[in-house]
Amino acid sequence: MQAESLGFIFLNAAIINNFVLALFLGICPFLGVSGKLKTATSMGIATALVMFISSLCAYAINLILLHFDLEFLRLIAYIAVIASAVQLVEMSMKKFSPTLFRALGIFLPLITTNCAILGLALFQTFRDYDFLQSVAYSTGAGAGFLLAIVLMAGLREKLELSDVPSISRGAAMSLMLAGILSLSFMGFAGLGGH
Amino acid sequence: MNAKTPDKSITADTFLRGLWRENPVFVMLLGMCPVLAVTNSVANALAMGLATTFVLLCSSTLVSLLRRHIPKEVRIASYIVIIASFVTVVDYIIQAVSLEIYNALGAFIQLIVVNCIILGRAESYASRHRVSKTLVNSLGMGAGFTIALLCLGSVRELLGAGTLLGQPVFGAAFEPWVIMLLPPGGFFVLGAWLLLFAWIKERQDRRQREAANLEARAHAG
Amino acid sequence: MNESVIQPEVRATPSHRLIGTLGLIALLSGLLVVSVFEFTRPYIEKNHRVALERAVFEVIPGAVARREFVLTERGVEPAAPGIAGIVFHAGYDAAGGLRGVAAVAAGRGYADVIRVLYGYDPDCACIVGMKVLESKETPGLGDKIITDARFRANFERLDARLNAAGDGLANAIVTVRQGNRHEAWEIDGISGATISSVAIGRMLNAGAHDLLPRLRPHLDAIRNVE
Repeated sequence: MQAESLGFIFLNAAIINNFVLALFLGICPFLGVSGKLKTATSMGIATALVMFISSLCAYAINLILLHFDLEFLRLIAYIAVIASAVQLVEMSMKKFSPTLFRALGIFLPLITTNCAILGLALFQTFRDYDFLQSVAYSTGAGAGFLLAIVLMAGLREKLELSDVPSISRGAAMSLMLAGILSLSFMGFAGLGGH
Repeated sequence: MNAKTPDKSITADTFLRGLWRENPVFVMLLGMCPVLAVTNSVANALAMGLATTFVLLCSSTLVSLLRRHIPKEVRIASYIVIIASFVTVVDYIIQAVSLEIYNALGAFIQLIVVNCIILGRAESYASRHRVSKTLVNSLGMGAGFTIALLCLGSVRELLGAGTLLGQPVFGAAFEPWVIMLLPPGGFFVLGAWLLLFAWIKERQDRRQREAANLEARAHAG
Repeated sequence: MNESVIQPEVRATPSHRLIGTLGLIALLSGLLVVSVFEFTRPYIEKNHRVALERAVFEVIPGAVARREFVLTERGVEPAAPGIAGIVFHAGYDAAGGLRGVAAVAAGRGYADVIRVLYGYDPDCACIVGMKVLESKETPGLGDKIITDARFRANFERLDARLNAAGDGLANAIVTVRQGNRHEAWEIDGISGATISSVAIGRMLNAGAHDLLPRLRPHLDAIRNVE
């Protein structure tokens, strides 16, 4: 289908239908780990990495399940495979790149129950993406998540110093900020429409 | 939660704490993804709330039943498999009941699996309490979650479309605030609810503090 | 979760018990899922069939029966799993006469991909119906492609004649600015939903261009089913 070129899929996942700001996936880390710019960046990179790996796994699993007509096991298989894939990444990272592990390691277990990961696997299945399209979709989604969480952390760091009413400190303020970010991302809709 | 010393009796609090004091959405800020994503109408919010409650009830009951037989090392894996099976069940039931609801909720039915409320209940409550108590507590949590979804859904549908459960509420002159149905509206409405609750809590705290001060002064005098 | 921190004197459970427990739970879950799947399957299939039927009858006025075909390199074949090609539905009236064919077209809209089902009547060589199957267009603006009666009126008789050579449409279907419709193959757009309405025109043109020229030689084959 010409409407679904690789570039468009990437842009669509990263900006137009940003996983966090438009599809509401991965809200927990987005609100929870966006207090500091540095941690937020690490979290974003780790999530993007896991997204890419689990998207590949999900693609392979789906092929196997379709071959044996076992679609009804899809959800269970996805969640089990994603959890073990993350574990594997964590272990191999620990062995081969301890520096990287120190920077990203603590985030990896948290990411397993992040709905953005499972959401990505499910969406790419629903949309019947082939291998390359899945790769474009998962890199786009990862880039979009990184962008959103970094923007959010930047905003929150600035707000640390400002004087806001005591009741709006914390979650309420973060949600309002997210709303404004989401509003500005709506401006990207229609991108590639012409 | 003082799970270290599980007391045996079921009190009203077992049920009620999920509704207010430990409301999963407004207090614990768990399971935000579906809360924001499917609350653009009351009907969707209700369907999502009921589906989540069903999964929560079934999975925590089963976990509670099996709690003495699951070794510690594999408990998270077991819980996830149990939860995923019940979510698959709900997914098929909703498809069989109504395709319209199924299409409206989309992938968010299957994403109930990663709703932290459910795994959280299994880990911190069901694995330590007996079945009847777990059932009551889960029912409270499910109700609290559903009520939170309805709080968002009703405001968003009312302002965004001028309707409630599809019935027009305002006159024809009402211009819908379309933004409420769109993603930013979800963030704004949830933010506003949290502000409201924070304000109520602060007032309560202040009143308590003043009462305590008064008492202290009375004693001193 | 890091158990070794929580419980310093943890006693290792023998691994055969771990595997046994996991296997048992997986078995239980498998049984549960399979039985529910088998139980709900007839209902789900019925729901899907009814929804599809309703959509096809909506875009082919007068149709009361439906058959599904696939257009392949070899010609038209009844739809069956494993046959690749363009899937379309033929709609028949009560007397068994062909009232039209319906096919899915898709394209990029404002927010995401839009999928529509359109009905084509070979007798008037025109598109006689359009139903949006899937869209995430902005409520109140882009979704006027679904709700706007004036826009829907475009698809009562939208010219889709083939050219003399029979390898394409005589006139490309195109969306024009609101109020500027002069030709039978033009779609009167919606101001305020420009991208969405233009997208509809573009996907109908692409879909009709792919399907109709190749379908024409086989029209008799689907006309004379029973």
